[in-house]
Amino acid sequence: MSARTRELMGLIPVSLLVSAGFAAVLLTRTEEVSDATATYGLVFLGLCVFAHLFIRARLPDADPYLFPLAALLAAFGLVVIYRIDAELARQQAQWFVIGLAFFCATIAFLRDHHVLERYRYTIAAAGIALLVMPRLPGIGSQVRGAYLAVDVGPIQFQPAEFAKIAIIVFLASYLRDTGDVLVRARLKPLPYVQQAVMFALPALVVALIAVALDVGPAVTVLLVVFTVSMAAVMRERPSLKHFGPLLLVWGVAMFMLLVIRDLGSSLMFFGGFLALLYVATARLSLVGMGATMFLGGATYFASTVGHVQQRIEVWQDPFDRELYDAVGGSYQIAQSLFAQADGGLFGQGFGQALLELPSGQSILPAAHTDLIYAVIADELGLFGAAGLILAYLLFASRGFKTALVAADGFSKLLATGLTAVFALQVFVIIGGVTKVIPLTGVTLPFVSYGGSSIVANLVLLALLLIVSDHARKDRGRMDQGGLV
Amino acid sequence: MNRQIVQLFGLSMLLFATLVGFTSRWTVFEAEALKDQALNRRSLIEAQQIPRGLIRAADGTVLARSVPKGSGQRRIFQRTYPEDNLFAHAVGYSFLERGSTGIERYRNDELTGEEDEFSSIFSELQSEQPEGSDVTTTLDLEAQRTAVEALGDRQGAIVAIEPATGRVRAMASSPDFNPNEVPTDRFRELNTDEEARPVVNRATQANYQPGSTFKVVTAAAALDSGKFSSESIVDGTSGQPVSGVPLANFGGQDFGAITLTDGLTNSVNTVWAQVGEQIGPNTLVEYMNRFGFGQDPPLDYPEDQMNASGIRNADGRLVGGDGGFDVGRVAIGQGGAEGQIQVTPLQMAMVAAAVGNEGRLMRPWLTEKIVAPDGRVEESFEPQEQSQVMSAESAGELAAMMSRVVEEGTGTAAALSGVPVAGKTGTAEVAGAQLNQLWFIGFAPVENPQVAIAVTLEDQPLGTQGGQVAAPLAAQVMETLLR
Repeated sequence: MSARTRELMGLIPVSLLVSAGFAAVLLTRTEEVSDATATYGLVFLGLCVFAHLFIRARLPDADPYLFPLAALLAAFGLVVIYRIDAELARQQAQWFVIGLAFFCATIAFLRDHHVLERYRYTIAAAGIALLVMPRLPGIGSQVRGAYLAVDVGPIQFQPAEFAKIAIIVFLASYLRDTGDVLVRARLKPLPYVQQAVMFALPALVVALIAVALDVGPAVTVLLVVFTVSMAAVMRERPSLKHFGPLLLVWGVAMFMLLVIRDLGSSLMFFGGFLALLYVATARLSLVGMGATMFLGGATYFASTVGHVQQRIEVWQDPFDRELYDAVGGSYQIAQSLFAQADGGLFGQGFGQALLELPSGQSILPAAHTDLIYAVIADELGLFGAAGLILAYLLFASRGFKTALVAADGFSKLLATGLTAVFALQVFVIIGGVTKVIPLTGVTLPFVSYGGSSIVANLVLLALLLIVSDHARKDRGRMDQGGLV
Repeated sequence: MNRQIVQLFGLSMLLFATLVGFTSRWTVFEAEALKDQALNRRSLIEAQQIPRGLIRAADGTVLARSVPKGSGQRRIFQRTYPEDNLFAHAVGYSFLERGSTGIERYRNDELTGEEDEFSSIFSELQSEQPEGSDVTTTLDLEAQRTAVEALGDRQGAIVAIEPATGRVRAMASSPDFNPNEVPTDRFRELNTDEEARPVVNRATQANYQPGSTFKVVTAAAALDSGKFSSESIVDGTSGQPVSGVPLANFGGQDFGAITLTDGLTNSVNTVWAQVGEQIGPNTLVEYMNRFGFGQDPPLDYPEDQMNASGIRNADGRLVGGDGGFDVGRVAIGQGGAEGQIQVTPLQMAMVAAAVGNEGRLMRPWLTEKIVAPDGRVEESFEPQEQSQVMSAESAGELAAMMSRVVEEGTGTAAALSGVPVAGKTGTAEVAGAQLNQLWFIGFAPVENPQVAIAVTLEDQPLGTQGGQVAAPLAAQVMETLLR
């Protein structure tokens, strides 16, 4: 069976799911299945088959599982959004069509992703510009203290969704070039005694100083990890010049934290950067330094930028009465947890979750965007939520697989970066909703309501498919012994 | 590079596993704690979205129903009470913002269709909308109306019981309130009215002095203990010392040496005080306990809306037979600092019912049956014996004595045409002997009684008597129930 036929087969369960999902929601609404459900399923299947045919024509060798997985997530998202608000689902369906147009356009105009390398500084500039847009007077708008959205006429869009792609493209291209320069060829491992002197001694000194200054356990650990990483980096005696990019990106991340004031998207960007840095240099020490510097900076801003500070307090103690009643306080995360508690193992069933107060006010703020995962956990329970996470994990596994198969460094880094930032976005929002980390306003890719999100993630998918098509094509030729 | 990519995938798996771990923490492991969180009002809001079952009178008349407001997701159900004030205390109310009382509270699980874990899985599979069951009460619509109208704007209570079964046929407390107004500000006013306290169910919560109606309890102890018979002669002279202090008869009247029957007919204090002293505190308390004193009545009604009747000391605590109370004065429904007899109207109705039912006290009950939404009877309740207070012979003798009270004694105003009535009146001085608490307890017909009743009116002017004011009210309610 060819890759494309497998892709087509994969779409069948997706359309079945979307029909069954709409039927389930409608059942609880009107207690009779209208013809609409079959129509929804058929239209969705039609769109997907169209996209599939497009892929078949242009990217015949691309990974066969990525698109059905994305379609599955999007279908699932549509059902849940439909359950929350039918009108929003209609808009989301429109955005899905627009997203598919972008998806096809990307594939049509970008025959070879290596072209992107040529424009990397332009792309980087565009990425930064996109990030700063929400702070521009006139078009920028603030949502819950964070600057993530831009109003253009009637449309509100979230530039960070697109910026993440631009920045990953830039970093992949930049690190392909400088990754080797950043670190020297691997040195011989030192004898244990010298290792101890080099790492343990400074670590101990820093730890003692930290304890003496009484800065708290978290900061102590940060400082120790930073010292050990620093020592490891210094051992390779890199020139300061090569530290440049690390410091630059750290600076950008801090700047973003300050400008956008959103911990979640900063974490997403910087995490994506660290993932790429690690893959490009194979140095944990660099990641250690970067991570501690980011956390240090974040801790500093958390204590100075009021909005970030409140987010963290709210995260630590969501049931504090004062925080609960405060504007932008813990009401949202507390309600998220309450909604999940109603779910149990199997959930209350589609359409059964309590979303509105009798007065018509929403009990779950931003149920269709930030908290959509809480709605899913409420209605489908632990099993449904774990199934969703499994779908994301499968998507990530196909993304990383693409990176593994890719032949050249840029392709590998691009696929890795796109996948990593995608997976991190999933972690940041679900982690926020389940109180693993402070809740911030990023979308759940393909599932949350949001035009920018669905369009940007379909473009991300298109890039992954292009990389995949090239990689598997090259490999195919090699297997046939044609070009080697 | 490939090794790092695989490691990165490993890290993603780890992160996603953390997400699943935390999700299971909130959805399963800590779900109960989250549901109990004070800030979590989801279950209360959801309860509003389930229609509660109906509450009906014995004849099927609807006393409480849920009406939908709004539609779709926003549809909620609110309670309305078609009979307004009539069953305010017995049925009670149920509102999200005010809590619930009465039968609404006691039968909440049945009314909301609360199911155990197993059957809830079944109804989930059938995707049934949860719906509450109906509660049919033992209350008689006409008797209740008669009782409420009889009390009018006077403060007091009327309780009527079917002696052979314990069914509560009427339970009225005045002043009352309109349960439909409970969600409004009007209710806040009523709730803070310390004078009239309309929210209190006087039938089950009041601590009243029973006055001479308590002589029925003393008489039961006297006859059944074998120390006295209805023909025993006791000196009825006024001003005899009881516990060292002279006790006066009503109006200072001297009766001379008379039988116990005459002593009851004319409610002679000195006769019954001596009887009390001769049977002693332990015997008196034992018979009281057999009548149900000393504990909350076993009524299917919220515990904190009921009071135990009994002998209470100055601190309001119940005292036993060794409490050192003035047994002579307690025996005639009075007392002192060491112990004062205090009763609820429900308890006094139970006393009358036990005498009428050959000495057998039946457990009082309000819920006749629970009917599922599909019409199936889920639970049907049966009469239960609470205790055998005295022998049938003693009960018969006492019933005969009480018949004389209505035939020619203080209780003639309770007489019904064609139906023999037995009863006892009571007039207790309260508020430093400035006001009277008026009573009548009784049952009819004397043979095979269909109704036992207690009527009381509080804070009536001096000069009024239970036999003149309370007895006619009892007659009206009994007549309604005997029709």
